[in-house]
Amino acid sequence: MGDISGFHFQIVAALIFSIGALGVLLRRNMIVMFMSIELMLNAANLSLVSFSRELGNDQGQILAFMVMVVAAVEVAVGLAIIISLVRNRDTVNIEDTSQLKW
Amino acid sequence: MRAALFWIFSTAAVGSALGVVGSLRSPINSALSLVVSMLALAGLYILLEAQFVGLIQVMVYAGAIVVLFLFVIMLLNLRGSGAAGAENQPIAKALGALVAVAGTLWLARTLAASRAPWPDVEASFGTTQAIGEALYTDYVLSVQVAGVLLLAGIVAAVVLAKKKID
Repeated sequence: MGDISGFHFQIVAALIFSIGALGVLLRRNMIVMFMSIELMLNAANLSLVSFSRELGNDQGQILAFMVMVVAAVEVAVGLAIIISLVRNRDTVNIEDTSQLKW
Repeated sequence: MRAALFWIFSTAAVGSALGVVGSLRSPINSALSLVVSMLALAGLYILLEAQFVGLIQVMVYAGAIVVLFLFVIMLLNLRGSGAAGAENQPIAKALGALVAVAGTLWLARTLAASRAPWPDVEASFGTTQAIGEALYTDYVLSVQVAGVLLLAGIVAAVVLAKKKID
């Protein structure tokens, strides 16, 4: 086990980010894809906070706070878009909503 | 003690992140896994002496965002839907696995090379008082912009969820 350092936290952040990216690539349910985006944002936050501790500087925590604000707004607007899409198309499958595809 | 807590929280965070992506039965299961992941991450933040960020994580993510997800899932009464019909492409799979393993090894080597003991921080590091003072002095413009962004988000969400688009 030994001592825990920033290295361990960065590896955890990388793992969670990869799982989130995998979710966006593999799943076709829009809501689950959205949750995977949240996972990626959280992994970035963990990395920021870990570097903030490692450097003894609180700017990373302030940036993480701003990321959370943007994530909250993004969830509100994104879920409104999904509600509106389901009302009009009656599907949450991303493959069925390809009108914007060129 | 710290090491044990780190292993518990990181295992919970990574395991439930896998649960978010891997539960095919219903999006509800994904949302519940997301709560566990967010709470475990809050524990990791507190291990990193970032009390304020940890508290906000519990309140905003576990308390507000996941509830919003659950509310929408139940409102729309969604059924489960499987993963994509992954085509069988052995070459692409092998290449992808190779890139993933190489990337992980490279990342671990780079990070391990820069492994240094943490500096000691004063007791006020990461407290609500310290972060609040920084936010309302050096970063006051960012706070104002965040407020405008939140207002725009509220208005946009109400308009989008209400209106019928044709």
